[in-house]
Amino acid sequence: MAFKKCAVPFAGTAEQEAQLKAVIADHKDDRGALMPVLQKAQEIYGYLPIEVQTMIAEGMDIPLEKVYGVVTFYAQFSLNPKGKYRISVCLGTACYVKGSGDIFNKFSEILGIKGGEITPDGKFSLDACRCIGACGLAPVLTVNEDVYGNLTVDDVEKILAKYE
Amino acid sequence: MIKSIAELNAVKESAAEVVKTRINCEDTGVKDVLICGGTGCDSSGSKKIVECLKEEIAKAGLQSKVNVITTGCFGLCARGPIMIVYPEGSFYAHASVDRIPEIVEEHLKNGNPVKKYLYEETVDGDTIKSLNDTAFYAKQQRVALRNCGVIDPENINEYIARDGYQALYKVLTSMSQDDVVNVMLASGLRGRGGAGFPTGRKWQLAKDLVKDADQKYVCCNADEGDPGAFMDRSVLEGDPHALIEAMAIAGYTIGANQGYVYVRAEYPIAVRRLQKAIDQAEEQGLLGDNIFGTNFSFRLGLRLGAGAFVCGEETALMTSIEGNRGEPRPRPPFPAVKGLFDKPTVLNNVETYANVPQIILNGAEWHAAMGTEKSKGTKVFAVGGKINNTGLVEVPMGTSLRTVIYEIGGGIPNGKAFKAAQTGGPSGGCIPPEHLDIPIDYDNLIAIGSMMGSGGLIVMDEDNCMVDIAKFFLEFTVDESCGKCTPCRIGTKRMYEMLDKITKGKATMEDLDKLEKLCYYIKDNALCGLGQTAPNPVLSTLRYFKDEYIAHVQDKKCPAAVCKDLLQFSIIKDNCIGCGMCAKKCPADAITRTDYIAPGKKLAAFEIDPNKCVKCGACMDGCKFKAIVKG
Repeated sequence: MAFKKCAVPFAGTAEQEAQLKAVIADHKDDRGALMPVLQKAQEIYGYLPIEVQTMIAEGMDIPLEKVYGVVTFYAQFSLNPKGKYRISVCLGTACYVKGSGDIFNKFSEILGIKGGEITPDGKFSLDACRCIGACGLAPVLTVNEDVYGNLTVDDVEKILAKYE
Repeated sequence: MIKSIAELNAVKESAAEVVKTRINCEDTGVKDVLICGGTGCDSSGSKKIVECLKEEIAKAGLQSKVNVITTGCFGLCARGPIMIVYPEGSFYAHASVDRIPEIVEEHLKNGNPVKKYLYEETVDGDTIKSLNDTAFYAKQQRVALRNCGVIDPENINEYIARDGYQALYKVLTSMSQDDVVNVMLASGLRGRGGAGFPTGRKWQLAKDLVKDADQKYVCCNADEGDPGAFMDRSVLEGDPHALIEAMAIAGYTIGANQGYVYVRAEYPIAVRRLQKAIDQAEEQGLLGDNIFGTNFSFRLGLRLGAGAFVCGEETALMTSIEGNRGEPRPRPPFPAVKGLFDKPTVLNNVETYANVPQIILNGAEWHAAMGTEKSKGTKVFAVGGKINNTGLVEVPMGTSLRTVIYEIGGGIPNGKAFKAAQTGGPSGGCIPPEHLDIPIDYDNLIAIGSMMGSGGLIVMDEDNCMVDIAKFFLEFTVDESCGKCTPCRIGTKRMYEMLDKITKGKATMEDLDKLEKLCYYIKDNALCGLGQTAPNPVLSTLRYFKDEYIAHVQDKKCPAAVCKDLLQFSIIKDNCIGCGMCAKKCPADAITRTDYIAPGKKLAAFEIDPNKCVKCGACMDGCKFKAIVKG
């Protein structure tokens, strides 16, 4: 798999780098610390571009290809930045049988992006997620930390309007 | 620090005073208001209700008369946010901020429950029934969930009040490792993660197989990946100390001093509460060195998953804890010989662990008395989909699906007909109406082509297309296949393509045969449990709903009107008043006016050009006169 460099240039700060170094130092005696370090790094930077992966590989003395292999294996690690508003539509079974697939498609249609992508203005990113466990509210979606439940396709425009 | 049984009992006694209002429904002049803080109710705003409630209570000057406690899941998620007032046990459904002032004034201050806001099942004329007498709760038996919705999960003392850590004390001071294994064997407890391997046997193997191991591990699988399943999350959110206590017991039994809980990062509340519980247990000396003054030391670490379904498979999970791509490996060697960091390891699921302290305290016979001949105890199900009482239920093994769906679950909404229940997630199958009365246990479910799985139970009605459901699960499997073995990586993709062909009306009967053959090939040849069970959704729907597949293939029709490519939208001209709303909504300009004016209507009717129609359904949603049909 060829490495596709992210379209948005990397803009990490010295402060972020110091935070990341502190995290790596914290975990230096832990076995199997790569995952927790990547999770913290994603909290710090919002995503895991190749520049951040390189810092982690060097800091932890792990080959970069192993870091990259782990990052690309897990759905939660993102090589691309997320939007200001992260829309995440649950496509778990309980939501799916109640029509969440149509809701996802509606977002995709209105925003003109596919799952995992971000709108050119950086405002919205769209993801399908697996069950968030709020099946009692199915179909469910989240926008950043806000949870919306018991939805129909007609609610999609109303939800987007809130973040315009 | 709790270092002796006397200290544990002292905490228990003082905490028992605190919880007796809600546990024994004792009127002490103080009311306990319990609000669910599980993910379901939290998502529908329970946090704001807690804030509002505290404000209103302060305004009314009732601070010393009312305690507000945020608990774990009560189970009846469909009625959330849920709020229960003790000692009466009044059950407020769909609690909301604007109802709080009235409830505080009328109920908490004046002592009159506000009937109009109570869960309607608990109100019978003038009398208010106890929660436990409602259809939803009456048939349940709560073992794994016994503390969920009862205690404050962020307060270790409340867990201790409910006999918490007594089982650990008993094990450490009066039972040998073999004694614990024997109790677990006799209890008949089997793995609740899905496969149903006897827990006692698993512990025995990890204890005995490698004699001279310098290090062993205890792991907990809390990577609840089956979409639609949230049993483990509810235990973690509602009773995290039960898991900690059980893992310590497992550690003592096999000779491990370190445990790891691998939990999904998608469960932030569960992660936070579990971490808090671990911290509290450490402060109290219930985790750490020389627990209860014995030689036994045990520590617990949390590891977060990162969104890979395959990490629910035991070897993949351990590979992931080690910091690698979570790919499974062939067994043997089994984890009991070579597990985490190549050391002997016991790995159990959250719900399995949640049963352990109760079995130690109440005895193996108590547990073995519940359930069926080969499946003992209870099972928690997350019931969702097309059902009225969406939520979490715990029933004795052997309860029929009919009882769960119709009595506890309250049946199917909108008078629709039951079509199938899906158990076991992407590894399970669909159970048709003719098997509704079969007692649910591990072996019966396998006999009818499904499996227990971790306990997700999704109900489907006549509007769900079974081919579409099978395709949905395959899409999931294709997406989540780790790619290590060919049968799963390529085989599931080919299955998905065949199903896609079927739902588009492009398949032949020969494709159906090929699909079935491929299913058996993958079952026999995939590396791990996930690959081997991936064809199950297809096999079980082929077994019970073959006519639906044939309708797609031969008649090019989707009987449930779900598969878009097989749908035709058309206008019943005699119902059309000619308002033109549908034509306005149509994104493809496929709807035009005809020159036919229906009897009694003023304007000419419209029609849909099937060649232009993109089958989005916008016209149908826009028509107020039911003039547009699909089929």
